[in-house]
Amino acid sequence: MDPIKASLLKKSRAAKSETRGKLISLVCISLIVFIVLAIFYFVASRGLATFFKDKVSIGRFLTQSTWNPSLKDSHGHPEVGALPMIMGSFGVTFLAALLATPFAIGAGIFMTEISPKRGEKLLQPVMELLVGIPSVVYGFIGLSVIVPAVRHLFGGSGFGILAGTCVLFVMILPTVTSMTVDALKSVPRHYREASLALGATRWQTTWKVVLKAATPGILTGVVFGMARAFGEALAVQMVIGNAALLPHNLITPASTLTSVLTMGMGNTVMGSLANNALWSLALLLLLMSLLFNLLVRLIGRKGAMNR
Amino acid sequence: MRKRNVISLLVTFSLLLLAGCQSKQNGQSVTAVGSSALQPLIEALAEQYSAEHRGQFINVQGGGSGTGLSQIQSGAVQMGNSDLFAEEKAGIKADELVDHRVAVVGITPIINKKVGVKNLTLGQLAQIFSGEIDNWQAVGGPDQPVVLVNRAQGSGTRTTFEQWVMKSRKTKPAQEQDSTGMVRSIVANTPGAISYLAFSYVDHSVATVNLDGVAPTDANVMTNDWPIWSYEHVYTKGKPTGLTKRFLAYVLSADVQHQQVGSMGYIPVAKMTVERSVDGQITKVN
Repeated sequence: MDPIKASLLKKSRAAKSETRGKLISLVCISLIVFIVLAIFYFVASRGLATFFKDKVSIGRFLTQSTWNPSLKDSHGHPEVGALPMIMGSFGVTFLAALLATPFAIGAGIFMTEISPKRGEKLLQPVMELLVGIPSVVYGFIGLSVIVPAVRHLFGGSGFGILAGTCVLFVMILPTVTSMTVDALKSVPRHYREASLALGATRWQTTWKVVLKAATPGILTGVVFGMARAFGEALAVQMVIGNAALLPHNLITPASTLTSVLTMGMGNTVMGSLANNALWSLALLLLLMSLLFNLLVRLIGRKGAMNR
Repeated sequence: MRKRNVISLLVTFSLLLLAGCQSKQNGQSVTAVGSSALQPLIEALAEQYSAEHRGQFINVQGGGSGTGLSQIQSGAVQMGNSDLFAEEKAGIKADELVDHRVAVVGITPIINKKVGVKNLTLGQLAQIFSGEIDNWQAVGGPDQPVVLVNRAQGSGTRTTFEQWVMKSRKTKPAQEQDSTGMVRSIVANTPGAISYLAFSYVDHSVATVNLDGVAPTDANVMTNDWPIWSYEHVYTKGKPTGLTKRFLAYVLSADVQHQQVGSMGYIPVAKMTVERSVDGQITKVN
């Protein structure tokens, strides 16, 4: 065989390195997929044990409001009602998002439409700094500043949904803001030009054209922020008071799914109902974050269709 | 060139890591996990033991009584610390575990200083925590709502408190905290607040109350006049061996029991004039 033919039939170095590269990325991706699936399987198998092994009905779990997994009520059913925690989690999440969204949109408009230069130089680093602060620091500040302030202003112990909302508001603000900024920046320049050419003022352009066009992106940011708020454990646990009670107002102690999880972990024994019930809460959290992700995709697709 | 640098850095780093593991293998080490009420004592004693015996390490971690019991049951650690008898915890096979009672801890109700109530009966205390009494006026205090602060469900302190105060009554769902320090600072800062603490954590920022005229002191715990107390258990899986055995012998030695245990706010088991069994039976010790 002549050398030219041989070299053509043999795999070149480039082709070899490509195969190798493909193999490496395949291994990486399958490892990640495997880990995700394993986590899902583990949480689901533990979390579902409450319903199949300990025979708690899912309906009762979602609608009852007494949480005492180690005790049984007068009918012999274990007291695993997760409603207070579900309400608490949604309460702080929605309130924090409600509070953060106007601020995020305001900051976003300032940074893209009104004063992009100062926005980039000043606000951007500040927002990035806020992202970098660990949640325990937020919780600590909440505990030593917000809780006493709430106690001073409204009485009671100061722990509750209001304090939790305040802490989460600061925590999710940078997420929502930076995604709002991205959304506003991605509005094509000719939209603005066309609007201005029609004689609209800058405010009219911003309000009626830019914001409208950026709505799906902003909504995505809000949902991302909500996902973060929903899953935040430590900071919330420090300020919410951790009482498994249906919240009647914003200043009495309440609890979230995450706070009950972190409180209970060390005090239950693997395999017992109390422990399984905690895993059920974890499963609920996992499903919720899945839902938030789906929501983000849905909004993204809708937004793409409207373009 | 840069790639090579990165690789050599990685190699050095992993070698360092391996070296770290290696040096640990030279000495002996055991791990104790569990009860946060017992943690300070075991931690201090472990440090002292390691200082006296070169190369023998005792790692001490918190995590709660439940963690301690489940970790010792699964054999992941050598010592499991608990405020509760293993029999009291659901899901624990107590017959596989060996109980070492290293100390006794008294638990006292604490209230916000401004409430000013000095004495309660055991019944009143139970009524307060079950929610039947929700204003301090009913027990001779000011017209102020009671703010309950509980420890986390299943925590050793709470289980002991409920066992000896609430008996079969149910605790009203209320604010829960998972650390003793937090409970103390909340009670200190919240008007009308009441909670409970191990004796060793009580300080001047909160007020204790007498129960039926009995003050929360070590002496009253020793005679069982103060009923709210619990043993601090260190559980081992089967009979302890090697370093675990030597360390436990050290903890239970007369010197350590009489000096360190007492000075850290715990009560030596030997000083108790009564003994309590798992089901709460009290017998006199001669």
